[in-house]
Amino acid sequence: MTDSKYFTTTKKGEIFELKAELNSDKKEKKKEAVKKVIASMTVGKDVSALFPDVVNCMQTDNLELKKLVYLYLMNYAKSQPDMAIMAVNTFVKDCEDPNPLIRALAVRTMGCIRVDKITEYLCEPLRKCLKDEDPYVRKTAAVCVAKLHDINAQLVEDQGFLDTLKDLISDSNPMVVANAVAALSEIAESHPNSNLLDLNPQSINKLLTALNECTEWGQIFILDCLANYTPRDDRESQSICERVTPRLSHANSAVVLSAVKVLMKFMEMLPKDLDYYGTLLKKLAPPLVTLLSAEPELQYVALRNINLIVQKRPEILKHEMKVFFVKYNDPIYVKLEKLDIMIRLASQANIAQVLAELKEYATEVDVDFVRKAVRAIGRCAIKVEQSAERCVSTLLDLIQTKVNYVVQEAIVVIKDIFRKYPNKYESVIATLCENLDSLDEPEARAAMIWIVGEYAERIDNADELLESFLEGFHDESTQVQLQLLTAIVKLFLKKPTETQELVQQVLSLATQDSDNPDLRDRGYIYWRLLSTDPVAAKEVVLAEKPLISEETDLIEPTLLEELICHIGTLASVYHKPPSAFVEGSRGVMHKRLPARTGSGEGTECPDVGNAAGGSAPEAAPSIIPSQGDLLGDLLNLDLAPPTTTGPTPSTSGMQMGGMDLLGGGLESLVGTLGGDIGGSPAMGAGFGAAPAVMPASLNAPVGGGLGDLFDLGGGVGMPMGAYIPPKTVWLPAMKAKGLEISGTFARRAGVIQMELVLTNKAMSVMTDFAIQFNRNSFGLAPAGPLQVLTPLGPNQTIEVSLPLSTVGPVMKMDPLNNLQVAVKNNIDVFYFSCQYPISMLFVEDGKMERQVFLATWKDIPNDNESQFQIQDCHLNSEAASNKLQGSNIFTIAKRTVEGQDMLYMSIKLSNGIWVLAELKVQAGNPNYTISLKCRAPEVSQCVFQCYEAVLKN
Amino acid sequence: MIGGLFIYNHKGEVLISRVYRDDIGRNAVDAFRVNVIHARQQVRSPVTNIARTSFFHVKRSNIWLAAVTKQNVNAAMVFEFLYKMCDVMTAYFGKISEENIKNNFVLIYELLDEILDFGYPQNSETGALKTFITQTGIKSQSKEEQSQITSQVTGQIGWRREGIKYRRNELFLDVLESVNLLMSPQGQVLSAHVSGRVVMKSYLSGMPECKFGMNDKIVIDKQGKGGASEEAAAGKSGGGGGKQSIAIDDCTFHQCVRLSKFDAERSISFIPPDGECELMRYRTTKDIILPFRVIPLVREVGRTKLEVKVVIKSNFKPSLLAQKIEVRIPTPLNTSGVQVICMKGKAKYKASENAIVWKIKRMAGMKESQISAEIELLPTNDKKKWARPPISMNFEVPFAPSGLKVRYLKVFEPKLNYSDHDVIKWVRYIGRSGIYETRC
Repeated sequence: MTDSKYFTTTKKGEIFELKAELNSDKKEKKKEAVKKVIASMTVGKDVSALFPDVVNCMQTDNLELKKLVYLYLMNYAKSQPDMAIMAVNTFVKDCEDPNPLIRALAVRTMGCIRVDKITEYLCEPLRKCLKDEDPYVRKTAAVCVAKLHDINAQLVEDQGFLDTLKDLISDSNPMVVANAVAALSEIAESHPNSNLLDLNPQSINKLLTALNECTEWGQIFILDCLANYTPRDDRESQSICERVTPRLSHANSAVVLSAVKVLMKFMEMLPKDLDYYGTLLKKLAPPLVTLLSAEPELQYVALRNINLIVQKRPEILKHEMKVFFVKYNDPIYVKLEKLDIMIRLASQANIAQVLAELKEYATEVDVDFVRKAVRAIGRCAIKVEQSAERCVSTLLDLIQTKVNYVVQEAIVVIKDIFRKYPNKYESVIATLCENLDSLDEPEARAAMIWIVGEYAERIDNADELLESFLEGFHDESTQVQLQLLTAIVKLFLKKPTETQELVQQVLSLATQDSDNPDLRDRGYIYWRLLSTDPVAAKEVVLAEKPLISEETDLIEPTLLEELICHIGTLASVYHKPPSAFVEGSRGVMHKRLPARTGSGEGTECPDVGNAAGGSAPEAAPSIIPSQGDLLGDLLNLDLAPPTTTGPTPSTSGMQMGGMDLLGGGLESLVGTLGGDIGGSPAMGAGFGAAPAVMPASLNAPVGGGLGDLFDLGGGVGMPMGAYIPPKTVWLPAMKAKGLEISGTFARRAGVIQMELVLTNKAMSVMTDFAIQFNRNSFGLAPAGPLQVLTPLGPNQTIEVSLPLSTVGPVMKMDPLNNLQVAVKNNIDVFYFSCQYPISMLFVEDGKMERQVFLATWKDIPNDNESQFQIQDCHLNSEAASNKLQGSNIFTIAKRTVEGQDMLYMSIKLSNGIWVLAELKVQAGNPNYTISLKCRAPEVSQCVFQCYEAVLKN
Repeated sequence: MIGGLFIYNHKGEVLISRVYRDDIGRNAVDAFRVNVIHARQQVRSPVTNIARTSFFHVKRSNIWLAAVTKQNVNAAMVFEFLYKMCDVMTAYFGKISEENIKNNFVLIYELLDEILDFGYPQNSETGALKTFITQTGIKSQSKEEQSQITSQVTGQIGWRREGIKYRRNELFLDVLESVNLLMSPQGQVLSAHVSGRVVMKSYLSGMPECKFGMNDKIVIDKQGKGGASEEAAAGKSGGGGGKQSIAIDDCTFHQCVRLSKFDAERSISFIPPDGECELMRYRTTKDIILPFRVIPLVREVGRTKLEVKVVIKSNFKPSLLAQKIEVRIPTPLNTSGVQVICMKGKAKYKASENAIVWKIKRMAGMKESQISAEIELLPTNDKKKWARPPISMNFEVPFAPSGLKVRYLKVFEPKLNYSDHDVIKWVRYIGRSGIYETRC
């Protein structure tokens, strides 16, 4: 039998031929034809035109043919929903077939046909199959409930399938139990707070019994489900652990990892002085090591997980260093992961061995691997103090090899070593300086420049060295430029006499010739510092630096805890929470480790939020990122309080808005400078007049009366039009050679529009208009060209509306909603900046599900909450809610407590940021209180302004 | 769960595409081809995320298998499933190749429908699958047969069907070990371990209960306290082959073994699948007999010449013979010529593999042999030193380097009238080299 011939038909008119063959009387010919159709489907050809002909072949005794037709149906039913109905009869009939294999096949396939009309017909057969006498049919039906739920969740609930599914957990057949558990777990995931799985000691007991009897895959489903359970006390926890431990000897690595997950999680609850706790720790090591003899892909998954486990409980594998030694033939991804774990396990006891290995690796072929090995040597030096000396000499040996990337990597880590052990290894600087020429990577150049600047007093020709870098200043990357600027200032402060010229030169390069705002700002700070108070400058620039900590790349403790709960899954491979890569509501639920009992707090309630606080992570070391990281962060630092630069004597026309001065946090500038500049808010005043005060709106709420009527119905009122601020003058004619621009922003039918009024107040005709935006906080950009088709004559006015998109380049602005615009016409280019109401970024699908809202509200740390007062607002809560809805601020729930209405609202910004709000309205009190919670608290202020504007207009 | 499964040939053409979930679109097929198969770089990770879709991939000869998902699936399970899928396909039509896949695409779709439902792996034991998914079209089954099939597929003993009969009850046990070694040039053992497998081929009637025993240190020590008589017997059956018992670091079992019983009593009891199965895997690190020792000596004579001398010593009983010995000595990339002299066997410089390959057919224990080579190099400007990959070795020896001994394998079949004594049993030990490397 050679089916490969089906892959080769590529003639034209093939479809017609197939059609004829499908309608042939001969069974064999029919089957051949269906096979051809499937082959075409596989390679991506569209054979949906044959739908009726293929479905006609469905009524057959031949099981093979039937399966092929079903396969076709699953692929194309969605594109031909009406035709798909034709198949229903056969399915229903097949569900009654005496052969259990056929009954199961029918119910399995029907679930895969995602057509609404079919699902109605599916209910009855499914109900029967769930209670079928044959376990094979029941296990298939159990999965089918999950399929149906995916298509129509409501239907599944209404039809009571969830209860039937719960009953199947007590089924006598282990595979039915396993599939029911899998289906329920999946359904429960999309209802975060429902108590669907209802895990209690009895049901857990059933699961543990089934665990011993079902297939390897079933064991995985059950273990993954068990991991979501929170035992009542340490005794229950221990007894579950005891029953799960045997799984560690299973041949299937996934069973082992899932068992490890359950044990790691439940172990949290065991008292540490318990004998069993120690035994369990010992039992965990061997199976983890065994995973490393699996196939490379699985080794990779295991290693990523071991990386987490080692961070959480280093004691488990501390004696197993040797198994992580890299083998010559390991695939590169395994090598890199092993290296990571080696560094984590490095300690005084094994450092000699580790170093010998790392030195060996540094001579390998793969560039990434070698780099990482070199970097690892540096990290060993920082982690194990006793080894620092040996590490440094090893690094020096490596520098002697003169292999370009080895040298560069070594210099980067040596800089970190200097910062950990100041005044100890500076003797090597001379060797480093010899390699100046070979450095071509920004990070290495920046590190070298930092070293030269920091130790300028010990390097005789420091000025020459730095000067040599200065020649190609504009070609350097920002990282190097910033470093060079700082290094030369340091040099100047240390040797003021000889280097005045040099410092002048770099300051003018940074402030006048560069259009990088970071660089310019830092240049100006230094300039002013140096010119006003050189003593202060010395204190700031040459300040004592904090030592860097041992471990620079630990996973943050709360994330680590979450990832431990996801051992074995993709999250543990990516080292990211599921919400970072899974779409939809599935990701919202955050898992936490259970709290240790005995602290008095009951953890019986399965509420995830409550369990969070209890599990004290073992004294997490405070982490100061090494300098390289800081440099990297400079461009996107956005945590500092808002400050603005004054109008700069800029040579280029564009005014760069408030960059965070604190971005220059390097060298502890923060302490002294931040205060100074933050304290003079007046500096920002000269900036584009903010339309913060909103006069009465032009478009009065049309739906006002209607809205009130609808309010009587008690439901959500009719949404009113979105709030549109009045037009303001953005660019006065005097500043733009006669062109006056005023305008506003609006959101209409989901499209953001910039509404401009252009007036020609000059004597000549204006043509060739074009518009461009500078990078801004939300990536606003014109979605099309500025449509000014006719020339604009003197004293003529034209209104244009420009649709905007939010996919442009992003840069954080200050204020956040600041937008810098350039308008060009035949006369010149003009620049102005304006502020848009953030409400136009609120998208229409911003209504959160209640449960998701609750979970999210709990999940956002309290530090991110900000409270504001809205004064003099005379709306009742209904009216306020309606008004806000018009601007896509959705009320999700309302609660009345002691005459005070609490409105819970959600907003989604165009860039996916969610803002949750709680609005307190007291009858008779014109002052509202509003609390805003958001993962990006910077937006809160803007959102509040927008609330105020919307409510008051 | 798994959202879809694709099989590609080496050119990136789709051979099989089966989508289980709605969130996986047709464009996922192309995304994988473009970003992974056609990528210039070698594979940097077996899991690739492209546009929020995760691809798990394994490659078998020229064929790519990729499982796709948009959810937070159990990653270990997905890979285990892909391997299992390969096993099942091999069991059905032999080697996984483009031709075989095209020839059997209907069968593969049928299998995929059965072993993966909505992305959840279902029973994937070939023994069970073969009872109802056949290449010859479906046989007409009687009602009893049908229910027997379904109970086997879903049952507690999914790997064995009832009513198997053999005239001669026979079983074969193979203890297959691979010794792994990494040694420093000075002869210090950096890491060494044995990973072993016990493979069982059984031709037994009915539903036999089996019990397997070996010289596991924990068991022997426990029995030492209890009944000394059995231990004496075990010592005898061991045949004076060195150690009495061995310490097993860790072991894993085929799903037929009752794990809870092993955990509680450390006894290995099971009902075996018919035919061949891998009963157990184990790993030991203590007291390993290293069958060979490699002593390298590399001397650089100037910039254009290397002198290499390698001695191998066999380290086991002189009465035993090692076979298929092969020593691989890597040479630099700029090698221009090699002269080799060896005392025993044949040695050849293989330019395409950048290595001198020295083969010896047989070698008895406690012997020594030597090879010396002169390697001439082309002068290069390359600053980078030669990485000096380790010298690796292959061999096969007729004993278990871990010291593992099978003590017994008892068979009970209460329903049929044959006893343990009637079963003919064969045991064989083979030790092979795993990654057996000595740095030079």
